Amino acid sequence: MLTNEEVKTAADFFTREIGRLAGEQPIRLMEVCGTHTVAIFKAGIRQLLPKSVELVSGPGCPVCVTPNEYLDTAIAYSKNPQVIITTFGDMLKVPGSTSSLAAQKAEGGDIRILYSPLESLEIAVANPHKKVIFLAVGFETTAPLAAATVLMAEKAGIKNFYVLSAHKLVPPALRALLMAEDIHVDGFLLPGHVSAVIGMAPYEFVVDEFQTPAVVAGFEPLDILQSIYLLVKQINEKTPKLENQYGRVALPAGNVVACQTLYKVYQRADAEWRGIGKLAGSGLAIREQYGNFDARTSIPVTVEATQEHVGCRCGQVLRGTILPTACPLFGKSCLPEHPVGSCMVSVEGTCAAWYKYGAGRWQG
Amino acid sequence: MSHERIQMAHGNGGKLSHDLVKNIMWPAFSNDILGAMNDGAQFTINGARLAFSTDSYVVKPLFFPGGDIGKLAVCGTVNDVAMNGALPLYLSAGFVLEEGFPMDSLKRIVASMQQAAAEAGVYIVTGDTKVVEKGAVDGIYINTAGIGQIMDGVQIAGQNARPGQDIILNGYLGEHALAVMSERHGLEFPQTVVSDCAPLNGLVAELLTAVPQIAVLRDPTRGGLATTLNEIASQSQVGIMLDESSIPVSPAVQAACDILGFDPLYLANEGKMIIFVDKEYTKEVLSIMLCHTYGRESRVIGEVVSKPSPLGQVGLRTRIGGVRLLDMLVSDQLPRIC
Repeated sequence: MLTNEEVKTAADFFTREIGRLAGEQPIRLMEVCGTHTVAIFKAGIRQLLPKSVELVSGPGCPVCVTPNEYLDTAIAYSKNPQVIITTFGDMLKVPGSTSSLAAQKAEGGDIRILYSPLESLEIAVANPHKKVIFLAVGFETTAPLAAATVLMAEKAGIKNFYVLSAHKLVPPALRALLMAEDIHVDGFLLPGHVSAVIGMAPYEFVVDEFQTPAVVAGFEPLDILQSIYLLVKQINEKTPKLENQYGRVALPAGNVVACQTLYKVYQRADAEWRGIGKLAGSGLAIREQYGNFDARTSIPVTVEATQEHVGCRCGQVLRGTILPTACPLFGKSCLPEHPVGSCMVSVEGTCAAWYKYGAGRWQG
Repeated sequence: MSHERIQMAHGNGGKLSHDLVKNIMWPAFSNDILGAMNDGAQFTINGARLAFSTDSYVVKPLFFPGGDIGKLAVCGTVNDVAMNGALPLYLSAGFVLEEGFPMDSLKRIVASMQQAAAEAGVYIVTGDTKVVEKGAVDGIYINTAGIGQIMDGVQIAGQNARPGQDIILNGYLGEHALAVMSERHGLEFPQTVVSDCAPLNGLVAELLTAVPQIAVLRDPTRGGLATTLNEIASQSQVGIMLDESSIPVSPAVQAACDILGFDPLYLANEGKMIIFVDKEYTKEVLSIMLCHTYGRESRVIGEVVSKPSPLGQVGLRTRIGGVRLLDMLVSDQLPRIC
């Protein structure tokens, strides 16, 4: 581990080099991982960058890109007295069309917060007369664990465990962003954890087809500063390539076992992204073979008509076309304790991070 | 979305808890003593300055590494009284028991309370027991209240922070929350985290005897260091600037936080305190703390400043030299940890 002095020395070096290489031309870099969004704020990285280098957040928070229809479905299930919902905590407060899981929990819905999907199986065994539905939300990082849970349920003969999948894949979202005419990105900070699972190959099109610099980045302040430095250097030298700053964790081939587990249970499917729309092959649906674990096909439910929140601009925030501070609701009617849009809910949501770490509020 | 029913986040010591007190409790109970908004009430009876505080304990699980609900119920209230600059003297204990609760567990909890009371030098002098039907509570809930005498010449209040003061913390953050959490969810971290639950009144008495000029004392329990400092910044209308590289987080807690995505600055502690004191007394305060069992890792973590604007905010200077806001806790990291 580096000492505080060593960290500062390295940070000063990267900051100086970024300043030297960036020049006057505006450079727009996008991170597509909520953990990066938070880490950038936590470390106060923006203030260390020259004015010409702008960091924008993309659709990197899994809770945020989950559409209202999914939440409405989960909320509808939670009203069924035969159902126990299991979920990670940050789904709880996300507003659906007219309610939230937190509100349903307060009304008496049996909704339990997990730290691992495997806890769902214990709950299923302890409640044999209930149907336990796990809200499977997340990118390639969390999907293998959800898949492993299904496989364990099958092996253990647990028949009252179900998955409501909203899993999403990162590379199709990158392609959609690169193809969108209203979005301009000069370089991508790629998500280190996702890359640790899928490896480098799925990102090659970013450079090959779109000539856009891309760096797989770690999550420590110095990882991020170094990755920004690598991107700015590529831009300065006009040599776009795919680099791996996070090689100590993210191997070029990824995690083959995790991918095998993932695709044993799931297959690619079209998926709806909040703010981006329906993207071909960008989600994961449970394979027919494991269909008896799929909540959607196994447990009938009536879902209310989906409504979008008036005035909420989460969609544009998720595409990186506006900053959270440009949304008229930000910090006014949309606050972390009373979120209107999903981006204000999750700790990794762009709006929540901007608000929490003081953007627009802090003048220190 | 307005809240028509109580949600778990109303109990986490963060923003919604404050709203609950401000919007529901305060309009009903408002009086000058409550209005001071300290860790307990301070008042004078026949010339004796007293501090009085109460807390209810609903921790789940009841037993965790480094403590149990009984030890917590004594230490928590002793500390709340002590943070008023007082010597805690007497405690009450109210038990709400669930039908079917094992007698052996109750005996263990009561023995643990007595042990903690003995260490703190306080007596449990009155109490109450109630039993409710199975399912109406989760095993056992305990309420304690404590009363103590405020030390001579001491004026402790959340309103007393002033620019030029140092902010001192007595050790590693986040241990209690993670110890409870790991036990509850059966999580195995790279290293076992043990709760810091401890009575701090002995250390407080030593400090205030030597340095009665200490301005603010507060224990960063629910909501953690970040929330507690925000409360003080707001009460005193000052700015606070922390230095990230001097905030003590043990490798065990940091590793667990990295895995779970928690921020140690928001995790509850049960044996930590924050001291605000004029810089001229810092050396003396630290010399006393570093010799005490519960102060061996004490250090200055920041200072009170007259900027930034608006006042009432807490800033953090990061390891790489950036500055950012350190907000109050809003979302519930961990329910039912005390």
